[in-house]
Amino acid sequence: MTTTAVRKEGPAAVTPPPTVGSHLRGYWGRVRGGDIGALPAVLGLIVLCTVFSVMRPSFLTAGNFANLFTQGAAVTLIAMGLVFVLLLGEIDLSAGFASGVCAAVLANVATKAGYPWYVAVLAAILTGVVIGTVLGFLVAKIGIPSFVVTLAGFLAFQGIVLMLISGGANISVNDEVLVAIANRNLPPTLGWALAAIAIGGYAAVQLLRHRKRLSRGLTTDPMAVVLARIGGLTLILGIAVYILNQERSRNVLINSLKGVPIVVPVIAVLLIVWTFVLQRTSYGRHVYAVGGNKEAARRAGINVDKIRISVFVICSSMAAIGGIVAASRANSVDPNTGGSNVLLYAVGAAVIGGTSLFGGKGRVLDAVLGGAVVAVIDNGMGLMGYSAGVKYVVTGVVLLLAASVDALSRRRASASGTR
Amino acid sequence: MSATPLLELRGIDKSFGPVQVLRDVALAAHAGEVTALVGDNGAGKSTLVKCISGIYPADAGEFLFDGRPVSINSPRDAATLGIEVVYQDLALCDNLDIVQNMFLGREKHSGLVLDEPTMEQMAAETLAGLSVRTVKSLRQHVSSLSGGQRQTVAIAKAVLWNSKLVILDEPTAALGVAQTAQVLELVRRLADNGLAVVLISHNMNDVFAVSDRVAALYLGQMVAQVKTTDITHSQVVELITAGRSGNLGLTGEPVTAGNGAGPADTTAGGVR
Ligand SMILES: Nc1ncnc2c1ncn2[C@@H]1O[C@H](COP(=O)(O)OP(=O)(O)OP(=O)(O)O)[C@@H](O)[C@H]1O
Ligand SMILES: [Mg+2]
Repeated sequence: MTTTAVRKEGPAAVTPPPTVGSHLRGYWGRVRGGDIGALPAVLGLIVLCTVFSVMRPSFLTAGNFANLFTQGAAVTLIAMGLVFVLLLGEIDLSAGFASGVCAAVLANVATKAGYPWYVAVLAAILTGVVIGTVLGFLVAKIGIPSFVVTLAGFLAFQGIVLMLISGGANISVNDEVLVAIANRNLPPTLGWALAAIAIGGYAAVQLLRHRKRLSRGLTTDPMAVVLARIGGLTLILGIAVYILNQERSRNVLINSLKGVPIVVPVIAVLLIVWTFVLQRTSYGRHVYAVGGNKEAARRAGINVDKIRISVFVICSSMAAIGGIVAASRANSVDPNTGGSNVLLYAVGAAVIGGTSLFGGKGRVLDAVLGGAVVAVIDNGMGLMGYSAGVKYVVTGVVLLLAASVDALSRRRASASGTR
Repeated sequence: MSATPLLELRGIDKSFGPVQVLRDVALAAHAGEVTALVGDNGAGKSTLVKCISGIYPADAGEFLFDGRPVSINSPRDAATLGIEVVYQDLALCDNLDIVQNMFLGREKHSGLVLDEPTMEQMAAETLAGLSVRTVKSLRQHVSSLSGGQRQTVAIAKAVLWNSKLVILDEPTAALGVAQTAQVLELVRRLADNGLAVVLISHNMNDVFAVSDRVAALYLGQMVAQVKTTDITHSQVVELITAGRSGNLGLTGEPVTAGNGAGPADTTAGGVR
C-alpha cells in the first residue's frame, strides 16, 4: 500500500448557492462551449420577423399571424416525431409520404366509407403505428441503415398514396370536425382559459420542483430565474392569445374570424406530452442514452432494439397526425399530400431548432421553434412575391446553415468537453 | 478473508466461432480482497469479465456465488447478484450528466415520473462515501469530466447498488500519476469496505500496490492464482509472457500459439 500516494482530502468544497449572475454566466459558458441549443432559432426568428415586418407591413397583421400557425402546423407535427428518430442519430426520410399515406387512409375511411371522424383519425394513426413498426423492425432487427430503409419507404409510400387515391385526382375531406382542425378557431374566452391553465400548470410544476429541491438541500436555480421563466411564458402566451383573439375577417358582417386556431392547442398538448415523456420518464432517459452511447445503454440493461423500434413508431404516428392536419387544411388529399418539400421542411425544422443530426441532443420544443422559422420564411417570402423556386432555395440554404451550426458546435463542444 | 470465495468460476470455456478464447478457466474472488487479473493483450481478460457480467454466455463451466451455483445469462442477472463491472471503455453516455449516468437503466421513480431529487441525493451520498470531492456539479455532462473523474463516476456507479463484487477492467490505463493514485486508493477502499474486487491491470506497480491475490491468464488459460505476497514482480511477468515461472504456471509442453487463443495473439505486443 505504500506506493500509493495518500492524498489528504480537504473538506467538501462549499459551492455557493447559485445567484442570477452565476446562472447567466453558466448559461453563457455553455453557449460558448458549443451548447447553443435553440439560441440560433430564437435569434433567427426575431431577425426574420423584423425584416419581413419592415419590408411587408402585411406580415405583421393578426390575420397573417394566424396563418403562420395553420401553414406551419403539419410540418411542425412531423418534425416533433422526427426529433425522436434524430435523437438516436437515425433519420426517417419517409415521414413526409408516411403522412400522405395516413392522410389518404383518413380520407378513404371518412369520405369514401363514410365512417365518423374519430374512426378515420384512429385508422390514420394506426396506419402510422404500423408503418413505424415496420421501419423500426427493418432498422433494429434486420440491421439495414435507417437511411436506406426510409429512402425505400419514401418511394413505396409515394406509390401507396397513388394507389389509395386510385386514379382520382384527389379525395375531398368534408367532415365538419376534420375540417375544423386546421380551419376553425377556439372561442376567444376558451383561448384565454387554456392559456391561463397552461401558465398555471407551468408555474405549479416549476415552483413545486424548486421547493422540493430546496427542502432536500439540493442546488436549485435561483427563485428570480424561476419567476422570470414563468413571467416569460405568461408574456408570450398573453401576447399571442391577445393578437389571435382580434377580429381578422375582412368583412365582419359576412363572417367573424377570431380566436386561437384549433391546431395551436393540438400542437401544445403534443408538445407537453412528448416533452414529459423525454424529460421525465425512464423511456425518455433511455432514448437519450441510446443516442449518446448505444453500447453503454445496452450494458445498462436497456433494450436497445425496443427503443430503436419505438422511435420510428412515434415518428410515423406523429407523421400521421401531421397528415391529418394537412388533409384538414386542404379539405382534401391528393397524390402530393406529404410530398414535395414537406419532409425537408420537417427535417429542417428539427435541425434549425437545435436538434443534432448526430444523435443524443435535442428536444421536442426544437421542432416547434424550428417549425416557426420555416413557416416564417415560407410565409414572409410568399408575401414578398418570391416564387416557390426561390423559397425552396432559401429554405435549403437555411437547413445547411443549421446543419453547419450543429456540426461546428459539436466540434467546439468536443474540444471544450461540454457536449 | 472468508473461507468460501464470494465468486468462484470453474472450467469456463468460451469460443468466438472457431477461435477458443477461454479454456477451462478457474477464478476465485474473495470478499474484502482485491484480486488482480493479469495477462498479455488478447489473453482473454476482458472476455472473461464479459462472461461473468452476462454479456457473453460462457460455452461451458460453473459459476458459484457465495458457494451457490448460479447462472448468469444477462447483465441484469449479474446485477441482481450484486456483480458490477467497470469496463475498459467506461461505457458512460457523454450526453447525460453524472446522476443520469449513475442511475442509467435503474432509474428511481415516484409513480411514472423520474425521481430526480432522490437520485441526485443518493449519487451525492455515494460519491461522498467514496471521499470523492473532485466533481464540481453532479449535473454536469460526463463529457466535461477528466479521465480520472470519469473513472470515478464509473466506479461510483458500480458501488451505488450495494454491490458485492466489483470488476474493474484497466481502470488506470489512461490516467496520469496523480489520478492513478486516486483511483487505486478508491479501489483499495472498496475492498476495505468488504467488497470483493477484481482488478485487471497491465501495470505491475498497480498490481503490487493494491492487490491481495494475483490471477494470471495466458492465452486463455488460467496459469496461476496466488497471494501477492508469495510472488515477485518478475515471476508475474514470466507468467504473463511465458505462461509459467519456476514451479508456477503451466506444466509440461508449453502452449503454442496454434492451440491457444487464435492468430491475433501471436502478434500481440508485450506488457503495456
Ligand atoms: N466479440 C469477439 N469476437 C471474436 N473474437 C473476440 C471477440 N472479443 C474478443 N475476441 C478475441 O478474444 C481474444 C481475447 O480478447 P480480450 O479482449 O478478452 O483480451 P484482453 O485480455 O482483455 O486484452 P487487452 O489486454 O488488450 O484488453 C482476442 O484474441 C480477441 O481478438
Ligand atoms: Mg481487455
